[in-house]
Amino acid sequence: MKHDRILLDHGSGGRASHELIASLFLPQFDNEFLREMNDSAVMTIGGTKLAFSTDSYVVDPIFFPGGDIGSLAIHGTVNDLAMRGARPLYLSVGFIIEEGLPMADLKAIAGSMKNAAAEAGVVIATGDTKVVPKGATDKVFINTAGIGIIDPDVNISGQNARPGDKIILSGTIADHGITILTCREGLRFDAPLKSDSAPLNTLVAEMLAASRKINVLRDPTRGGLGTSLNEIAGQSRVGIRVHEETIPVRPEVQAACELLGIDPLYLANEGKLIACAAAQDAEKLIDIMHKNPYGRDACIIGEVISDHPGKVFMKTIIGGNRIVDMLTGEPLPRIC
Amino acid sequence: MKHLDEYRDPHLAGKLIDKIKALSHRPVRLMEVCGTHTVSIFRSGIRSLLPPSITLLSGPGCPVCVTATEEIDKFIKLGQQKDTIVATFGDLVRVPGSSSSLQKERADGADIRVVYSTFDALDIARRNPSRTVVFLAVGFETTAPTIAAAVKETKKEGIGNFYIIPAHKIIPPAMEALLAGGELAIDGFICPGHVSVIIGADAYRPVADKYHIPCVVAGFEPVDILQTIYMLLSQIEEGKAIVEIQYRRAVNFTGNEKALALLSEVFETCDAPWRGLGTIPDSGLRLRDNYRALDIETKFDLTVPRTQDHPGCSCGDILRGVKTPLDCVLYRKVCTPSNPYGPCMVSTEGTCAAYYKYHD
Repeated sequence: MKHDRILLDHGSGGRASHELIASLFLPQFDNEFLREMNDSAVMTIGGTKLAFSTDSYVVDPIFFPGGDIGSLAIHGTVNDLAMRGARPLYLSVGFIIEEGLPMADLKAIAGSMKNAAAEAGVVIATGDTKVVPKGATDKVFINTAGIGIIDPDVNISGQNARPGDKIILSGTIADHGITILTCREGLRFDAPLKSDSAPLNTLVAEMLAASRKINVLRDPTRGGLGTSLNEIAGQSRVGIRVHEETIPVRPEVQAACELLGIDPLYLANEGKLIACAAAQDAEKLIDIMHKNPYGRDACIIGEVISDHPGKVFMKTIIGGNRIVDMLTGEPLPRIC
Repeated sequence: MKHLDEYRDPHLAGKLIDKIKALSHRPVRLMEVCGTHTVSIFRSGIRSLLPPSITLLSGPGCPVCVTATEEIDKFIKLGQQKDTIVATFGDLVRVPGSSSSLQKERADGADIRVVYSTFDALDIARRNPSRTVVFLAVGFETTAPTIAAAVKETKKEGIGNFYIIPAHKIIPPAMEALLAGGELAIDGFICPGHVSVIIGADAYRPVADKYHIPCVVAGFEPVDILQTIYMLLSQIEEGKAIVEIQYRRAVNFTGNEKALALLSEVFETCDAPWRGLGTIPDSGLRLRDNYRALDIETKFDLTVPRTQDHPGCSCGDILRGVKTPLDCVLYRKVCTPSNPYGPCMVSTEGTCAAYYKYHD
């Protein structure tokens, strides 16, 4: 059955999103920047290497434990720039607001954005506001775009993973995705769940100061760790092997996932990064990351291999082997 | 996470694998009846650890997969009714019917909402008194009691705009139908954990006795499943065919008395259509006379034209365990999770989706 309409799956960040971009947008907009399929485009203007990125935020609910749509919109674009090794500098902010949104909510969101921008050290340099009739959007949507500067000798891209690289993960997975899912559906658990939304530019700057042998950085947002690893394997034409026992998941997140029948590998993270780095620098990077609050649980979860290009394998906790595929559709709880 | 860690202990798992290997003297075919087991087996890589003499088959244990196309078409027709909200569990929205899916109907403007329990659907009805709210009552004995409770609550509160489409299936008759068909050669059943919490392990005695098939009720963690395989092999070696419980922390032999009483008060068994298995006597649930008015088919005519599954789709054979996805001509070539031809590729617990996601 072919799709003749846009479905929610097309925005999941998983396989359907990739297929939509590859089949519809790329043929229309084709150029060397988009073809790279990275978090930001990198371009040189007047001798300066710049990263340029944009993202839109439509999260529901707009306030959630650990953040809100405003801080998320700042963190998201700051992180997309940082994932090319850039120092984020200036952001634009566009609001699409539904008629009837309480003024207090908008003020709280703006305040949260101010704080998030201050922590990340970026300036909101330009913006736009639109109000649409009730029902034409859902409370508020925010678009942010940003630019940052990249040192000339830094070359980080999803295409640069090399066999032998270690795969580093900056901390626990699925915190944001499970928090949003349970908030949205009104599910309550004994242990509090909290989003990991955070700016990662300082962490990246410290990592780059310690090593220039970082080949790939990626923040595993929608589609989660599983999808991001597949993207890297596909872009770099390498295989990836990860070890399940090394992938950190908070017990309360694991319990919620078990209950709902959802694999934490495919839930969104908003304050975590994956790095592929030369093996000789991996331990040094882990030590540096542990000193930063956003990297204190950093660990090596696997390695890049030359076999099976484009595929991701997992050694399971009990010693079995299996494929890790991209997310297909939105993660949904099981019926049974 | 003590309660999970001990069931994922690699040393314990290694010991069980050694014991299984020591007992594996001849080819053995075991069927897991539950979709959650199928996913757990793939996710933990159990197949890669077992000796080649042991074949694990996936049975009709995914509630989405066994829902017949005619039932999906009814759900779609329902979504097209004016002023109607259709509330459903998640995976059903992606299942293709004869010519559409709930997901496509939603993109075309139908009000289809994914809920996590029947009571969420009931809340939608309370908040939308001018609209008809229908819950798609799909699932096995695991979900049926909560739906029965919601139906009772609806009647008690006098909520006039909440209905269900009863499309439940019950598991033991399907297991018997598989064996009675004669085309399936299996040596043991890995019986479902969640369903057995409700119905109790005694429900499988007719299968074990009549067909001389060992049955072991299993938990969902890797060590649970490995221990279950070992228990089944032990029975096979000793020539036994009895019902045992591996999942003792959740299941007993007689089931959940309260849930069973509730089920019996609200529902009665009826013949039901299963994808791949045809109509199986007494394998479905319909509302008893006292609650029949809450069946949406008393309000709307949801008769649908004769349905046909996609030509070449092997979901039926796969649900009966006579084919694996690798035997299907559509698998991976044109039928993929983002472009599914049949429900086994749609459901997160479907066999084809599990093969696609986890199989090299």
